[in-house]
Amino acid sequence: MLWNALGLALQEIRRNALRSFLTMLGIVIGVAAVVTMITVGDGATMQVSQQIQSLGSNLVMIVPSRRMGPVHGGVGAPAFRRADIEAIRRDIDGLKAAAPLASSSLTAVVGNGNWLSAVTGTDNAFFTVREWPINAGRRFSSTELVSGSAVCIVGATVQRELFGDEPALGARLRLGKMACRVIGLLAAKGQSAMGSDQDNLILMPIRTFQRRISGNQDIGLIQVSANSGDSVAALQVSLEALLRERRHIAVNEDDNFTMMSTREIGETLAGTLTILTALLGTVAAVSLLVGGIGIMNIMLVSVTERTREIGIRLAIGALMRDVLLQFLVEAVVLSAIGGLLGIALAILATLAITDMIGVPFVLNLGIILLGFSFATVIGVVFGYFPARRAAHMAPIEALRHE
Amino acid sequence: MPPLIRVTGLSKVYGAGQSRLWALNHVDLEIQSGEFVAIMGPSGSGKSTFMNIIGCLDVPTQGAYQFNGVEVTGLDHDRLAILRRHYIGFVFQGFNLLARTTALENVELPLIYRRVDRGARRQLAHEALQTVKLEQWVDHTANELSVGQQQRVAIARAIVTRPTLLLADEPTGNLDSHTSQEIMALIEALNREQGITVVMVTHDPLVAAIAHRTVYFVDGHVTSDQHQSESA
Repeated sequence: MLWNALGLALQEIRRNALRSFLTMLGIVIGVAAVVTMITVGDGATMQVSQQIQSLGSNLVMIVPSRRMGPVHGGVGAPAFRRADIEAIRRDIDGLKAAAPLASSSLTAVVGNGNWLSAVTGTDNAFFTVREWPINAGRRFSSTELVSGSAVCIVGATVQRELFGDEPALGARLRLGKMACRVIGLLAAKGQSAMGSDQDNLILMPIRTFQRRISGNQDIGLIQVSANSGDSVAALQVSLEALLRERRHIAVNEDDNFTMMSTREIGETLAGTLTILTALLGTVAAVSLLVGGIGIMNIMLVSVTERTREIGIRLAIGALMRDVLLQFLVEAVVLSAIGGLLGIALAILATLAITDMIGVPFVLNLGIILLGFSFATVIGVVFGYFPARRAAHMAPIEALRHE
Repeated sequence: MPPLIRVTGLSKVYGAGQSRLWALNHVDLEIQSGEFVAIMGPSGSGKSTFMNIIGCLDVPTQGAYQFNGVEVTGLDHDRLAILRRHYIGFVFQGFNLLARTTALENVELPLIYRRVDRGARRQLAHEALQTVKLEQWVDHTANELSVGQQQRVAIARAIVTRPTLLLADEPTGNLDSHTSQEIMALIEALNREQGITVVMVTHDPLVAAIAHRTVYFVDGHVTSDQHQSESA
């Protein structure tokens, strides 16, 4: 009986090809919209996670202020000192490395070219904490670190913009009144999750930075990495206790520093994106509902048009459920075909959009299945009422219908 | 043995109040198994309404209807459909075939609803089309056939389930006299050779003359009920 109904449905859809296609269009667009939104959203979420990963996994950042953001000389709260780093390295368990950072935006000059870059004073722990290898040249030597030599290691963007194809290693670049020699080239990392260019960076020993650029002993940021992902939370607890003690914070006082792990940042950003994706998906689902109403409308017209056929079927012994099944299957087949077309359209649209905005294309089979089942369920829900109307016709009146 | 059809006090009323119309007014009638009955009467006399009720397509307002000794009044939609499916075949004035559907598929239709499997369905439908001499036309759609051929497809569809009762509502109403004769010969043969009880509504006295019994309806009443002598 079901096969027979399926055959009849396909026959009927073929006979009214244009009308069937237009009826499906609502479902096609609805499914395409839902699947596209969610697939693009998944791609964006994945990209953000990858970018957070590139920051260094298991990374904890600490700034000497009550909230995250750039710190200039410590607003309200004192900056960190060299002794803080030493205490952390000495007293904290489960620590892989801890790097002090002090940064400033400066224009670097080479010959006629100049380039605005983030100039950062740090030490060799930076490369471990950020899991950031050196492509060519070397790290800072201990002599350079202790004496505060004028040497620097540059990021890929700085290298490209200031030196182009010229050899950068051993060359000199000028930062204000200071000239420093390039001793190393960092590997390229790409954009950060916030959209800034991580490779636009000039590193120098922190002593050099403090003496020649900032003129103070402040450390604006401490980056710490844990031995493993599991120990990040424990590490944060012991870091907080140590820093509270060192900064003489009373029991009833809040921290005057802020700690955040890359994992937390990643989760926050991914959470925001997930909410956004769900919101867009819901809006798209409304269009699917509208498509369902379109199917109901056309099925009602079809039932009226075929009243006589229904009368004939009833007269020769069709049960109500036979007629119900016939029209219900027709609605479901319509919406299921619409769902398949919608998925095809969604894949094309997603390829185009991800290509345009530079997000990875993640084919999610679950979403495709969900889109298809949603379309089918819409067919059942909105096909039921017209099918019921057909099944409840009085045979003699249906036969007399002109 | 009970009569195949027994109606007592059968009434069908349309409308209400002042405009009440008694399409059937307390009709009592019995039809035995194997009979060939013509029902005649002017338009609006209630003969079609009577036919629809005994064909289980319509339900009476009052009265009782026993089919083969079983009370039919009060049965629901689906039970009536099952009665029609198993015992009754219909031939209509307007043929009521599915257009754009082949003769074979039209004839198979009642078997689909009886859940007969595909192979047996094909076989039975071919046999029925052979009986009405349309074996050359099985793959033609209804609108490619002449009116006479369409009515023969309709007859094949009615008899493919081997019904007890064949109901024909003006079966020759849309046909010329030559084709009428062919169709009537076919119906008469079904009654004579296969013992199918035939009840036929007609306007045409020549067509009615082929039947063994003629019942006249006027204004919802039976006014005359004559058995033709076998020799006539």
